[in-house]
Amino acid sequence: MHSLENPREDATLIRLEAADALIAQWTRRHGAARDQLLPLLHMLQEEMGFVDDALVAPIAAAFNLSRADVHGVVTFYHDFRRVPAGRHVVKICRAESCQARGGAAIEAAAAERLGVAMGGTRRDGQVTLEAVYCLGLCAVGPNALVDGRPVARVDVGRLDAIAREIAA
Amino acid sequence: MKRVYVSRDMASVALGADEIARTLAQAGCDVVRTGSRGLFSIEPLVEVEMPEGRIGYGPVGAADVGKILDGTHPHRLGDVGALPFFASQQRFTFARCGITDPLSLEDYAAHGGWRGLDAARAAAPQQVVDIVKASGLRGRGGAGFPTGIKWQTVLDAPDGPRFIVCNADEGDSGTFADRMLMEGDPYCLIEGMAIAAHAVGASRGYIYIRSEYPFAIDTMRAAIDRAAGRIAPFVIEVRAGAGAYVCGEETALLDSIEGKRGQVRAKPPLPALKGLFGKPTVINNVLSLAAVPFILAEGAQAYADVGFGRSRGTMPVQLAGNVKHGGLYEVGFGITLGELVNDIGGGTESGRPVRAVQVGGPLGAYFPPSMFHLPFDYEAFAQAGGLIGHAGITVFDDTADMAQMARFAMEFCAVESCGKCTPCRIGSTRGVEVMDRIIAARDAAPVAAEGAAGGYLGEALHSRAPSRIDTGIEAQTALLRDLCDTMKFGSLCALGGFTPYPVLSALDHFPEDFGAPAPIEQAAE
Ligand SMILES: Cc1cc2nc3c(=O)[nH]c(=O)nc-3n(C[C@H](O)[C@H](O)[C@H](O)COP(=O)(O)O)c2cc1C
Ligand code: SF4
Ligand code: FES
Repeated sequence: MHSLENPREDATLIRLEAADALIAQWTRRHGAARDQLLPLLHMLQEEMGFVDDALVAPIAAAFNLSRADVHGVVTFYHDFRRVPAGRHVVKICRAESCQARGGAAIEAAAAERLGVAMGGTRRDGQVTLEAVYCLGLCAVGPNALVDGRPVARVDVGRLDAIAREIAA
Repeated sequence: MKRVYVSRDMASVALGADEIARTLAQAGCDVVRTGSRGLFSIEPLVEVEMPEGRIGYGPVGAADVGKILDGTHPHRLGDVGALPFFASQQRFTFARCGITDPLSLEDYAAHGGWRGLDAARAAAPQQVVDIVKASGLRGRGGAGFPTGIKWQTVLDAPDGPRFIVCNADEGDSGTFADRMLMEGDPYCLIEGMAIAAHAVGASRGYIYIRSEYPFAIDTMRAAIDRAAGRIAPFVIEVRAGAGAYVCGEETALLDSIEGKRGQVRAKPPLPALKGLFGKPTVINNVLSLAAVPFILAEGAQAYADVGFGRSRGTMPVQLAGNVKHGGLYEVGFGITLGELVNDIGGGTESGRPVRAVQVGGPLGAYFPPSMFHLPFDYEAFAQAGGLIGHAGITVFDDTADMAQMARFAMEFCAVESCGKCTPCRIGSTRGVEVMDRIIAARDAAPVAAEGAAGGYLGEALHSRAPSRIDTGIEAQTALLRDLCDTMKFGSLCALGGFTPYPVLSALDHFPEDFGAPAPIEQAAE
């Protein structure tokens, strides 16, 4: 009813309704046993881009768990975002084998070329830069994931290509 | 139509294999996507089917397709299997990887697949467990616990439902064998799990795969769909992790499947008796389970004949980091660290001298080349103050700063701690701070080192104000050792308990990076 006056709240409301529908659909198909919680969170993040704090209550209700319990699970796992990411997500491997191949310099160069600090989202919302600890490509590092696509032997040239891809 | 083979392994794709496969298809080839052969210095690799067999070309790019197809490309390798890197391996577990189409059931059966499961199902559960015991197979996930004994415990558990859980969390840096097997020969893992299920009477299995392995997740799901009939009534389900290293620890993994925070449980009870959903559970690493089809098909003796001391069979060793010929090298235990790094791996990719290798992932020790005589064997490594872990070897050249690596070990522990116990949760953060002070003092030496003289205990114990802490190298190094001691003996699991391994081995073998004099053996050179 107040939606006409406040388009932002309106958007949130639509999002929450969409999430409710997704949760209901999920529990119809997979049940609401507790072990379906992580698969559900993965699905919600996939569909909505992040796991909004506002979803904790409806999830808790659907699974008959306390909100604290669900909050505890969401915040335990590094994968689940509580705020939206940028339009593109670049993950750079920080683990030992990539470090042995010059990873630290690539981390710094990535932050510089993409214009965002490690762990942050650029002001214009175009890109999020994140650390990842090993992608299992440890003989061909330094490695990155660009919107889920693996890129090996990352050097300054490849970073420039990634920066161009992200600008587009 | 010319048949060509191109790997679809995530590492191959990261190097550009998809683009080459596309170009080959556009050129009218029949492109078969395989797993990776496992040598990354020749990837992207294209193999062309010829009357004399498969002829490999690598490393190549999409622009090379013309010359590959007319056979004139200078990177012609000939028969890839005959290259020294492959010819000297003993591929028991990875026999098919890189050769077959991972999702083709026909290929799998044609290359010896399902023989192990058929043999197992023809035998009584106790017989299967006895065969696995006799093979000497030990858990490949890190701890090296005898697999047959674990299965026996589950078989002997009181009647009722039980589970097979495959640990595919493979979080250790420098390791990728689980990933390669799941992407390159998924039916082998499925067969191993089905054998385990028959052996202990389980009807349901789970594979917990880390989310950083999207290709492995997709391949395993597709393979499970296709193999469902073959392994029925046993059913398998894939569960994706969510970016927590500690969920590789078996009890944390079980909690994670159950939909909880992935926190480590106190043992006992053992998961074999009270595991998933409180039921008896076999939890094994991918490589442990994938070794079983060979053992059942070829006999326990064929497996046990290979190896060293109490480490029987083969280990898929992973050569990683700054190494010239990185990749997967499956070989019997007993090969020395030096042979692996220098002879097989060819030394560093940078061409500089090897300074250190870390064996066994982020919880494994750093070894200098003076210890390259160590045979690859659980006991030998434990005696030398390290561990084999999941058999990843990360090579570093002489530009490595070992104090920074020690700092990283603490930082990683702080990021990944499950938070259950204080020495790990708080100790790791304090460890980062101590390392920062050591590095700062080292870089400011000799001035700061002067101020380091004595009395730190009196000050540090009574006040945590930075101005009253002795930030000199000696005091901080003593503090670091003390902290490592607390973590080692006061932590519930190996994350907090073993983080001291990389830290202290770096300190002991490379003291000069911590602002102390070089050890005698190296100073003498
Ligand atoms: C912090 C931590 C992480 C671990 N990560 C893994 C892992 O990624 N994969 C694995 O198989 N075992 C891992 N383990 C070892 C498991 O707890 C367990 O020993 C293993 O899954 C048992 O299987 P196995 O007997 O076949 O080796 C880890 C242990 C700890 C303490
Ligand atoms: S040592 Fe660390 S990871 Fe292991 S149980 Fe304790 S807090 Fe958790
Ligand atoms: S350490 Fe970077 S991919 Fe394994």
